[in-house]
Amino acid sequence: MKKAGRIQPLPEAVAALVRDGSFVSLEGFTHLIPFAAGHELLRQGLTDLTVVRLTPDVLFDQMIGLGRVARVIFSYGGNPGVGSLHRFRDAVEHGWPRPLALLEHSHAGLANAYVAGASNLPFGLLRGYAGTDLPEHSDDITFIDCPFTGEKLTAVRAINPDVTIIHAQQADRQGNVQLWGLSGVQKEAVLAAKHAIVTVEEVVDELTPRPRAVVLPSWVLDAVCHVPNGAWPSYAADFSVRDNGFYSEWDAISRDRDRFTRWMEDNVLAADAPVGAPVVAR
Amino acid sequence: MTIGAARELRDGEVVLVGVGPPNAAANLARRLDAPGCVLVYESGAIGARPQRLPLSIGDDDLAAGAQDLVSVPEMFNYWIGGGRIDVGFLGAAQIDRFGNINTTVIGDYAQPQVRLPGAGGAPEIARSAGRIIVLLRHSPRSFVGELDFITSVGRDLHGPTNGAPGSAVITDLGILRPCAEDGELELVAVHPGVELDDVREATGWPLRAREPLEVTEPVTERELSELRALRVSAEDE
Repeated sequence: MKKAGRIQPLPEAVAALVRDGSFVSLEGFTHLIPFAAGHELLRQGLTDLTVVRLTPDVLFDQMIGLGRVARVIFSYGGNPGVGSLHRFRDAVEHGWPRPLALLEHSHAGLANAYVAGASNLPFGLLRGYAGTDLPEHSDDITFIDCPFTGEKLTAVRAINPDVTIIHAQQADRQGNVQLWGLSGVQKEAVLAAKHAIVTVEEVVDELTPRPRAVVLPSWVLDAVCHVPNGAWPSYAADFSVRDNGFYSEWDAISRDRDRFTRWMEDNVLAADAPVGAPVVAR
Repeated sequence: MTIGAARELRDGEVVLVGVGPPNAAANLARRLDAPGCVLVYESGAIGARPQRLPLSIGDDDLAAGAQDLVSVPEMFNYWIGGGRIDVGFLGAAQIDRFGNINTTVIGDYAQPQVRLPGAGGAPEIARSAGRIIVLLRHSPRSFVGELDFITSVGRDLHGPTNGAPGSAVITDLGILRPCAEDGELELVAVHPGVELDDVREATGWPLRAREPLEVTEPVTERELSELRALRVSAEDE
């Protein structure tokens, strides 16, 4: 039976599709990061998750810092242009608040793992990793010989999440989605997963085609949710601007365990915390 | 260092740019003598023309002005892996005498002393770009005899081609380039006021120096004023 991306409230979509221990992708390469959806996972108390993003970004720093993540699959765990992700580091260096298992890739490796996943193939192919120490620490990276030329190449195991969650600019009332700007691996992540949730800035009667837009028809989606500003502090091209100030402030907020925990309780977990809106510090 | 890096770029080159100092260097080069440089960001922007210095490689301004935006798989498979980048910038926490780079961990992988961000685009950029520019501060903690982890490989970095300089490691003390014969990094120039011994002390292996050792050109008024203008536009948020 075909899916039909039904428009529904975000809490309902998350409750239906994500469980403790789920394998969840929340993609968006700097742009369109589904923060509001990620926060909903936290609000529903979901834990023991395996999560995947090329760049963990502040979202995974938050999820890891609250102890909801058992394993993270990633290729760059820093706060771009600012410095470290302190909660990510604390988990890896000190096992706080719980030990964190890592499956580490390069951007090209993880991107190709998603491509394979979306293609229903068992592995992705690239030239990278030879001579580096990464393959030694991963069961998902191995070397093969080209069957035609004999050249040594790298195979990366396909990624197939249980659920992929992304944020996009628009959906129409039938649940067809259109996103534009930097698209990262969003399309691949959606098509590689068993289920997909898309949060959108707006729902329109009809999608007007735009240059270079990525279109995801409703029949590959499980749920579409109207969440204006659902990418904050990341952004949605033509709807919002990246909150670079907040990314810088996060460095100070997240350095100290107690300050971080209080911030998360006040601004994300609290019942009256605003969804997807820039937060006024309390 | 930013100015030194900007000087390495030739007009019209396709440059893969990362966060931080490489961002500044490439944008500075466009304002100076390489206005035709094509800026590529691994986030997917090709032919980016940022009005202001971006904080991240996915900033809105960067995407909005680009000639094209492609997906990340396309970027790494067709544009980077496919060999279309002339110059790639890389950062490093540690570097060794052959230009191998560590941005993964200080200490043991399973129980690191410091967990660094990780590979990102570096392994592909290192192996596929025509040449590489690494920017970092010169200290024995960074220039080490043996890396704690090899994140990207300083492959057989070649020497000058088509009038462009070869690969370079640019620091606050001077410039190193790979030897054509064995690929080992050699000091080719010091910045004004820096002595060879200063550089040797700051390097964790017996540093080879080319003779004659050059001195880099002092920073010009023009370079400085363009760099200031770039920085002001970045703070102007």
